[in-house]
Amino acid sequence: MTTAAQLPEEVLALSARYSYIEMNARTRAGQLLDPGTFCELLGPFDRIESPWLPMQDIVPQSDDGCIVAKGTIDGKPAVAIALEGKFQGGSIGEVSGMKMATALALARQGCERGIPTRAVLSLESGGVRLQEANIGELVIAEICAELIALRQHVPVVVVVAGMTGCFGGMSLAAGLASYVVMTRQARLSMNGPEVIEQEAGIEELDARDRPLIWSICGGAQRHATGIADVLVEDDAAEIAQAVRALFKRGEPTHLRSAAHELYIERLAQLDPVQPWSAEQIREMWKDQTP
Amino acid sequence: MSRGRTWFEALAGGNSAQPNGPASLLLAEATLGGEKVSYLALAPDPQARFPRARGGEVGVEESWYGARAIQQIIEAGRNGAKRPILTIVDATSQAYGLREELVGIHLAAAALIAAYAEARMAGHPVIALIVGRAVSASFLVLCGQANRVLAFDDPQVLVHAMYKDATARITRRTVEELDALGESIVPMAYDIQSFNKLGGLHRLLHVAAPDAPNSEAVEQVKSALIDAIADARRGPHDLSSRLASQGAQQYRKASLAVRAKMAEQWAAL
Repeated sequence: MTTAAQLPEEVLALSARYSYIEMNARTRAGQLLDPGTFCELLGPFDRIESPWLPMQDIVPQSDDGCIVAKGTIDGKPAVAIALEGKFQGGSIGEVSGMKMATALALARQGCERGIPTRAVLSLESGGVRLQEANIGELVIAEICAELIALRQHVPVVVVVAGMTGCFGGMSLAAGLASYVVMTRQARLSMNGPEVIEQEAGIEELDARDRPLIWSICGGAQRHATGIADVLVEDDAAEIAQAVRALFKRGEPTHLRSAAHELYIERLAQLDPVQPWSAEQIREMWKDQTP
Repeated sequence: MSRGRTWFEALAGGNSAQPNGPASLLLAEATLGGEKVSYLALAPDPQARFPRARGGEVGVEESWYGARAIQQIIEAGRNGAKRPILTIVDATSQAYGLREELVGIHLAAAALIAAYAEARMAGHPVIALIVGRAVSASFLVLCGQANRVLAFDDPQVLVHAMYKDATARITRRTVEELDALGESIVPMAYDIQSFNKLGGLHRLLHVAAPDAPNSEAVEQVKSALIDAIADARRGPHDLSSRLASQGAQQYRKASLAVRAKMAEQWAAL
């Protein structure tokens, strides 16, 4: 007697899916590039590590938590940059940040020489690495400068998948991007909830209230309010497909960071003395495209 | 009166606020070294619409209105003189609030950063003068994209990723331990001389009585700004002067190694 397993279709569909969130940064970078084209720059064997962490008795990592890989996306030259949320919270130190800034600069120089080079960033970061504080600040400024220079040539796509989230200096990078892709698990916000609670008090925000936090800066809310372009499932193939589709779309008609008229009008319509809910912002902004 | 407002008024004279813009955003046109320049600063406003941005923080309104003002300067200079943009920096931090996050303060801050960077790339000399605090995103937003950053050599001047008490809590150290670390680990130190060592500044200015400037001090600062504008015009429209500095040669060796080695590997592929 044989028993053929009768699994519901949704279970079969799930079992054919690979989680992007569970991938490490190196695998993610490979996932965003065309299969077989991943070529890592400044890989672990180059041993360029944080000079500052060992001075504070913290074990460094040989890629400093930032993976840079050259390859192609849809056959076009590309660079994928992925931050590792599991190393020092994806924080930006001198080496990890400089890898990102340099990769963006090299892509731009490629564009200027007639080789348009696409850039995709997979961001998981708590922001600047406090153990490298002021160099981190300088490097984040350089990342922003290079991202702004590069987006004049080619679209820059940011993926925020989770579970670390994208905060601080890297939230600025996401704000500067041509396109933002998020999962429901991802968060995109300037100040982390713990920082807001600490600076403004628990009456401003209770950092333990996870449903509230995701309602403010989770992928679904960011997509519904036009702060993210695409909302995807945690599916590696779907995320890579979304990135390819955005590069195919080309330059956005309007850069989100150039939408000052729209946001000035939006802010004027809100009363900052009243409490606001995420639903209210969704409702008010639903028909306005940035 | 905050130091930022004191120096804004001393250097720029009056203030011409943006239509309907926040009173915390100070903007003015003035003449400096025989040319028109634009000044910008943030200052506390106890009546500000956003309760979390009343202490001179970089908030959502300050950022979006500031971005619009700079985009208008770029537009006005498209076919003519590239007017210098001078920011007097004394800003506690970014605004920490639930409303701010709901409306995307990260995006507002990015918009102001992009405006400064686009002005710089278009050939406007973008100069930041740090007279007080430039901490966390207030450094990134107001100073990060400047061709040249000047700062007062004064104990009240602070550039850092985070205030000392918060850094201590998050890194699970005491304030005394942080002070000790700052002695040997230059990027963690809280004094402006240490920040200067990293190559982030064009010049440190020794100004007598920075809280109550006399006419001599104002002339001294104006002349430093004129020099910085001229220096910015002589150089490329990017941030390369920071990594090319003496300080970076000594304290950002890893940055320089990353840049050189990645370029080499990239070219070989």
